[in-house]
Amino acid sequence: MNAAAAQTLANFVYVFAVIGFILSLKWLSSPATARRGVLFGEISAGLAVITTFEDPRLHQFHWILLALGIGLIIGIPLGLVKMTAVPQRTAMSHAFGALAAAVIGISEYYVDVAQHHLSAFQMTEIALEVIIGSLSLTGSLIAAGKLQEWLPQRPIVYKGQNYFSLSVLGSAVALALILVLHPAYTFLFPFMVVISLLFGVMLVMPIGGADMPTVISLLNSYVGLSAALLGFVLNSKVLVVAGALDGSSGFILSVIMCKAMNRSFTNVLFGAFGQLQVSAKSVQEQRSVRSASPEDAASILASASSVVVVPGYGMAVAQAQHKVRELFDILSRAGVNVRFAIHPVAGRMPGHMNVLLAEADVPYDKLIEMDDANSDMPQTDVALIIGANDVTNPAAKTDQSSPIYGMPIIEVDQARTVMVIKRSLNPGFAGIDNPLYYMDHTLMLFGDAKAFVSDIVRALAAEGVGKAAGAAR
Amino acid sequence: MPHGFIENLFVFVLAGFLGFEVIRRVSPLLHTPLMSLTNALDAIVVVAGIIICGEAKSPLSTLLGAIAVAAAFSNMIGGFLITDRMLRMFKSTSGRKKS
Repeated sequence: MNAAAAQTLANFVYVFAVIGFILSLKWLSSPATARRGVLFGEISAGLAVITTFEDPRLHQFHWILLALGIGLIIGIPLGLVKMTAVPQRTAMSHAFGALAAAVIGISEYYVDVAQHHLSAFQMTEIALEVIIGSLSLTGSLIAAGKLQEWLPQRPIVYKGQNYFSLSVLGSAVALALILVLHPAYTFLFPFMVVISLLFGVMLVMPIGGADMPTVISLLNSYVGLSAALLGFVLNSKVLVVAGALDGSSGFILSVIMCKAMNRSFTNVLFGAFGQLQVSAKSVQEQRSVRSASPEDAASILASASSVVVVPGYGMAVAQAQHKVRELFDILSRAGVNVRFAIHPVAGRMPGHMNVLLAEADVPYDKLIEMDDANSDMPQTDVALIIGANDVTNPAAKTDQSSPIYGMPIIEVDQARTVMVIKRSLNPGFAGIDNPLYYMDHTLMLFGDAKAFVSDIVRALAAEGVGKAAGAAR
Repeated sequence: MPHGFIENLFVFVLAGFLGFEVIRRVSPLLHTPLMSLTNALDAIVVVAGIIICGEAKSPLSTLLGAIAVAAAFSNMIGGFLITDRMLRMFKSTSGRKKS
């Protein structure tokens, strides 16, 4: 094939790929069509990769094939991780995406500099692209480290941190500016890269585990932005489109996460949630709680007609989701309408709780969003909270002095009976006291989530509820 | 201003708005698969890596291109794989009874 024909063919394939990308995202609007979307994405991406091999500029293939082989060897295990590990896997793939974008930008810089045809405009594009790519790379690695618990989940903060971090970013930008004005100072370029890498670390280090859903979404949007900028640098429209789609997806998710916590972007990035924990009221006046046994809980659940389960990250930590599904099965067979109310920030990344419940074989039409759950709550007999705390805290609505005041919550206090499975009365992750536990219609079920739920299932089975003795299967 | 910048800007703006409208409609049920799918699609950067690596303009660009290809391709493979695995788990009440 001659060069011009190959180029035209490649461009047509890229247009096809862009159509495939958009359709695959469109079909993600419903679980019924979503898998078709993935297939379309795969075909589009595959065709684009194969066509690129026809590009007339290529004259050396062994390194490409070696790199593709390495990518395959790394990619397959990354595609087979456990569902509980998906958040850190996602952070790792943000890091890989950022790495790819950053190194291509760096390579473009050195190639163009050697050929002396780097305009100020191109230098600006490259510098912006490399700064964002580099900071997303290290930021994502830190996020992955925190999610994997290799790094402390608590926010790491020190005095004057925000000013110091911003001045680091400022110096990377200043170096970029010097490079635009004085292209001959090529020795500054590596410093710009290293400082950007450093800033990525400083950006994510102070952010605590509970804020990870927002951070991971923001990093997603940075990675998309760096890919789109790379499209500008290389004049490649398929990269511009893919980057813009990825960037807007990350942006939308970040906005949803921020709204779900009633916080602003700046507050997440520079607010250091940890400082709020210290100021949270630690005065524990003596208030009485009512606790109940698994047998009591079982009989209340069996006589209910509608139950809403509110799962939180604690459920995943206790690996209780399969036992929860057994509870769901046995109650459903007994004619109880059991549904799961998912708060947008439940879990460690957007939508994580839905995946964990789907993996445990809970049908997705039983997973409902916060707003629907809240409108049904007054007609709900039992709200059962498993491993969730702050997202059910009525103080968010009533107590102006509470650090989470204004955060949208699942209004479990509106249900006729509230049951909370919890290890002890100790305040949760964010250290905020929950008045829900002291309400008259609240029953505390003290114990490990997994053990307690299986005790309830056993008690139900013993009473012959749902006609499935020994519900384990 | 280099050739093609304005065209790219048009494409970026349109794709950004289109992405916003399409992704807004993605069910919150599927936000995790959404993120892994957009990661996989974003891995189309592999195409740029292949060209940089194969052009072999300098040893450095070949090496950096190869790193980009390996990183992006692992995202492409891993991203599609895990997205499909997750989506297979989502079953409706009726779908679950059949299986």
